[in-house]
Amino acid sequence: MARAEIAARTLRTDRWWLPPLTTFVGLLLISIYAAFRTFQGDYYWVDQYHYLTPMYSPCLSEECLPAAAHFGRPLPELPGFLTPPVIILPFLLGFRVTCYYYRKAYYRAAWMSPPACAVAEPHTKYTGETRFPLIAQNLHRYFFYAASILLLINIYDAIVAFGTGVGLGNIILLVNVGLLGAYTLSCHSCRHIAGGRLKHFSKHPVRYWMWTQVSKLNNRHMLLAWTSLVFVCLTDLYVALVASGTISDLRIIN
Amino acid sequence: MSYQGKFRVWRGDDTGGALEDFTVEVNEGEVVLDIIHRLQATQAPDLAVRWNCKAGKCGSCSAEINGKPRLLCMTRMSTFTEDEVITVTPMRTFPVIRDLVTDVSFNYTKAREIPSFTPPKDLAPGEYRMQQVDVERSQEFRKCIECFLCQNTCHVIRDHEENKEAFAGPRFLMRVAELEMHPLDTADRVDSAQESHGLGLCNITKCCSEVCPEHIHITDNALIPMKERVADRKYDPIVWLGNKLFRRS
Repeated sequence: MARAEIAARTLRTDRWWLPPLTTFVGLLLISIYAAFRTFQGDYYWVDQYHYLTPMYSPCLSEECLPAAAHFGRPLPELPGFLTPPVIILPFLLGFRVTCYYYRKAYYRAAWMSPPACAVAEPHTKYTGETRFPLIAQNLHRYFFYAASILLLINIYDAIVAFGTGVGLGNIILLVNVGLLGAYTLSCHSCRHIAGGRLKHFSKHPVRYWMWTQVSKLNNRHMLLAWTSLVFVCLTDLYVALVASGTISDLRIIN
Repeated sequence: MSYQGKFRVWRGDDTGGALEDFTVEVNEGEVVLDIIHRLQATQAPDLAVRWNCKAGKCGSCSAEINGKPRLLCMTRMSTFTEDEVITVTPMRTFPVIRDLVTDVSFNYTKAREIPSFTPPKDLAPGEYRMQQVDVERSQEFRKCIECFLCQNTCHVIRDHEENKEAFAGPRFLMRVAELEMHPLDTADRVDSAQESHGLGLCNITKCCSEVCPEHIHITDNALIPMKERVADRKYDPIVWLGNKLFRRS
């Protein structure tokens, strides 16, 4: 027996191409901005108000400004065009790239596998996540652990910045860690580790409670993935503008 | 308010077929299945369509409306404009029998490949005791009406017929998850999810969840938790070490 003979790739009449296109453009713009700021190697620290952009935190190599290196500079100067963020970027990128939401986003938008539901993909062969390199998506939980440590460092940065008073930058840094925290906690691996892997919730009431709370956040994983990503860029932009003297920080106290 | 609606319905069988144009009366409050029935009654008495409950609970009238996998009985005509041409085709992933009716026996084959519920050996029927919180997750998956829209939409088999042998599809990976999360099930389902039912082929693009008429969170609550369990078993040395140290099975 054969399938129904329908030649059209899809018979969908709605604008099914719009969400993958929007996602692609969004991810591309953010990638370009992040790459530019990473390799710019400047305007990441506002000495007057102790604002450190999350993209350069922690700053660990010799070329970091001493005041911005909250955890010292244990690494030597990086060769060539490399800048301090390249040390932490693999972990942050790894967390986002292996994230179950972003996987959906770029599989659809960039790889078109499939571009939208019930729209045929252009590839003749498909092996999913069964072999290298995509089998490495299973490492998501390790990137989650790494991203959690970096989040704690970002929280520390946001708190120490209050040592010079309170400005708009402080509020931005605080909102940023709030969004990053919510995104990290809403992660599917976090949900699994918190309690999802249990078979008997009734025997583990605390972990069951944790699982229910993470599950609530997990329902909004996509929203948190985008808001936290965009806000990190906005936070970085604000710090860059203040650090370069383009704008001055709006001070509330001091 | 009535109007004359424009429809294109796929007519044919496994030897070939095409979309045929019809103009059919549409009345207020009707669903697509009502129109298909009117078409059958007035213009195409030999039009084949599978249906039963007309209430979104039997899972029989799965088809594709304007290219979207949906239940005919749960798609309101009020969601379309009066001048819109509505295309109704059979599910693409399964072999067609005639017109809108497909052979969904692939799904029954896949269902039989999953070992059934395996309670502890020393527990007789009638002695099962479970806490509500322990069965809640499995209960969500029991809402499935087996319309097979998720199976039909999943690109793993929709676009790649050759994967049908290796891939159980979202509905049956969800069945594996249901049993794996069941507090009294003792069978080991983690290895088989990947090795026998093709969990690794799923790339979590969530179309199964998008088309589910019961709004089951197939991807978030069944497929991803199963992927995480496989990661526990196969890709996580910390969990492996913990199991060794604390002698957990």
